[in-house]
Amino acid sequence: MTVRAGEYPVTAGHDVPGLAPGKLGMWWFLASEIMVFGGLSGSYVVFRLGGVGWSAEAAHLQVTIGIVNTLVLLTSSLTVVQAYAAAEAGARHAARLFLGLTILGGLLFLGFKAAEYAAEVRAGFTPGSGIFWSFYYTMTGLHALHVVAGVAVNAVLFASARLCTPHRLELAGLYWHFVDIVWIFLFPLLYLTGGQRP
Amino acid sequence: MNRPSSVPTPATTGHDAPGGFWRTYVFSTDHKTIGKQYLGLGLFWAIAGGALAYAMRWQLAWPDTAVPGWGEIGPETYNVLVTMHGTIMVFFVAMPILLGAFGNFLIPLMIGARDMAFPRLNMLSVWTFATASLALAASFFVPGGAAAAGWTGYPPLSARPEYTGVNWGLNLWLLAHALEFAAFLMGGVNYLTTALALRAPGMTLLRLPLVVWQQLAAATLFLLSVGPLIAGAVMLLLDRTIGTGFYLPEVGGDPLLWQHLFWFFGHPEVYVILLPAMGVVMEILPVFSRKPIFGYRWILGATGVAGALSFVVWAHHMFVSGMDPRLAMPFSLTTILISVPFAYIVFAMMATLWRGSIRLEVPMLWALGFLATFVVGGLTGIFNGSAPADIYLSDTYFVVAHFHYTLFSAVVFGGFAGLSYWFPKMFGRLLDGPLARLHFWLTLVFFNVTFFPLHYIGLAGMMRRIANPLQYDFLAPHQWLNQVATVGAMALMATQLLCVANVLWSALAGRRAPANPWEANTLEWTVPSPPPPSNWGPTLPTVYRAPYEYSHPDAGEDWLPQSAAPAVAGARRTTP
Repeated sequence: MTVRAGEYPVTAGHDVPGLAPGKLGMWWFLASEIMVFGGLSGSYVVFRLGGVGWSAEAAHLQVTIGIVNTLVLLTSSLTVVQAYAAAEAGARHAARLFLGLTILGGLLFLGFKAAEYAAEVRAGFTPGSGIFWSFYYTMTGLHALHVVAGVAVNAVLFASARLCTPHRLELAGLYWHFVDIVWIFLFPLLYLTGGQRP
Repeated sequence: MNRPSSVPTPATTGHDAPGGFWRTYVFSTDHKTIGKQYLGLGLFWAIAGGALAYAMRWQLAWPDTAVPGWGEIGPETYNVLVTMHGTIMVFFVAMPILLGAFGNFLIPLMIGARDMAFPRLNMLSVWTFATASLALAASFFVPGGAAAAGWTGYPPLSARPEYTGVNWGLNLWLLAHALEFAAFLMGGVNYLTTALALRAPGMTLLRLPLVVWQQLAAATLFLLSVGPLIAGAVMLLLDRTIGTGFYLPEVGGDPLLWQHLFWFFGHPEVYVILLPAMGVVMEILPVFSRKPIFGYRWILGATGVAGALSFVVWAHHMFVSGMDPRLAMPFSLTTILISVPFAYIVFAMMATLWRGSIRLEVPMLWALGFLATFVVGGLTGIFNGSAPADIYLSDTYFVVAHFHYTLFSAVVFGGFAGLSYWFPKMFGRLLDGPLARLHFWLTLVFFNVTFFPLHYIGLAGMMRRIANPLQYDFLAPHQWLNQVATVGAMALMATQLLCVANVLWSALAGRRAPANPWEANTLEWTVPSPPPPSNWGPTLPTVYRAPYEYSHPDAGEDWLPQSAAPAVAGARRTTP
């Protein structure tokens, strides 16, 4: 996995212990991602604090699907750690199994989300139905895109035994946890602040 | 003679990079090639941005007359010109040159690495930037023309295509931004990881050259500030395309949200541009003063304080926007506070010169030019930062003069300082001296002829972004100053031809550069000019000391390379 710029490997011979480039790079990337979702959620919170009529709109969301999706995503975060642990222990088959379960969790989440979107659009709530729906579709949509990206990365590792190293699984797992944590913020912000249920 | 501890011998530095022409010059993962690619793209856009400025200045000096070589400009075209000039100069000239070119070329060489930590990501970065350039260039040619909502793209003007008559142009403008941000995020992740994880043995953090530190500070600021604007740009694109209402009051949105998101990024962004330029200047001043930099650690501290404060000053761009007026006072305070660390850095630069053996070589001229012009821009910033003054000055040419004194000094003076300093290392040839000196002096003079009158016109009340000052009676008596500025701008642009001629001539027929033409200490000067593909021979250099040990009392020469082993009897091992 050493990339060669010329005749010598890039990462050999350095004297900075404890800093794995891949992990460090991933953390910097996640820091920038946090600011993307932070900007979006921050804007939502400021609008929400200063506006009226949000609770009635938020009450149209289906909390049950939201709860199920939260559980699905949390479980997939567990399985991705198990995949990493199995790979570290040298159990390649178990690693693949847990990684497969993680992918399945991601797909399940996307399926539920799609069904939810379909039901909302049928009920007449589109991104243009008002500021709450603009935020709802943008925040969950951007998150769903990140889930798609995470599933794609996991699928590449799942498909290729050569690429499926503990190091790569750890990095993919970090990203998958991030996707999970974003949802942990989105779920209460959007679903659980709906006030009185109809 | 100080022998650097590991100068690669010719036998160990093969120039036979595998893969032939495409792998070596086009799809290269070599940080030096990628740096030069960024440089080339940035210089291309500098010419484009300059051409727009020429048309703009002509229209302002002699309104509604045909611009030579261009034709008549109406108010709609003028809006395109101001928008695209700003966008191009900030995102497609300043960033690729100061971060893309210098960051990529210098960081691995200066810290003793063979390449960036993620060479392929680095290649993806420059090609993503090339794609962004393509999208931006294409936006001029789509129906409706290029974006015309100002470089800040304020909604509601930008939120509905019918307001500016530009539909695809603005969508492509947003796409170009998205790709550009992605490119520099990849670059930033790479810079930060490389400089933390791939330092050569002995290269402790406090032995890093300041330009590396400033690149890291800039990358961190960019990484942490651009996120909200990415979110904001997604929201603007959705407002334009699928009918969301984030910025439209009629559906519960608020146009001010964009201004907050834009300037939350926009103010750190000016330091993203300024800090690498300051780093370049701080690299040059000790070399040509033959003295250590003044207050290395305090400069790092000041940079940190300025970086942190830059996240809480953004609303000083919005004093007249209609935001809650109670916010004006705290943002004025933070803004005036942020001038303290920068004042420290400027004083540290001047103290470095104090009683030095100054060599007025070309890079030093540009560095001193930066110092002189930047101070003017910094001082006018204090006027703009205090709300009572800014409410009068806001959106006038005083602001235009202010940010050209800060950004032009950073990008052009800082950029040419760096280019003339590292040109021998990049291209293996020395720049022609007399031509470069003429280029510097004419640029310094015409820059001031162009931009100094704008302070006065601004105080007289001339607004930004108006296409025809003669429509306002109170501006008519000052029109001659507009003409002076335009003549200055045209002379300034013509002067740059000297640089083009010099670079072309020197790159082809200039004297071959030795490894260390400036007698400098940092690691990049220990390798041949230009450096071989993986920079160092079989072993990495070992670093023994801080980067600015000039005129050290214990050393025989007046410079002491970072990698020279302390072999001289009595030589102190100077740890910072």
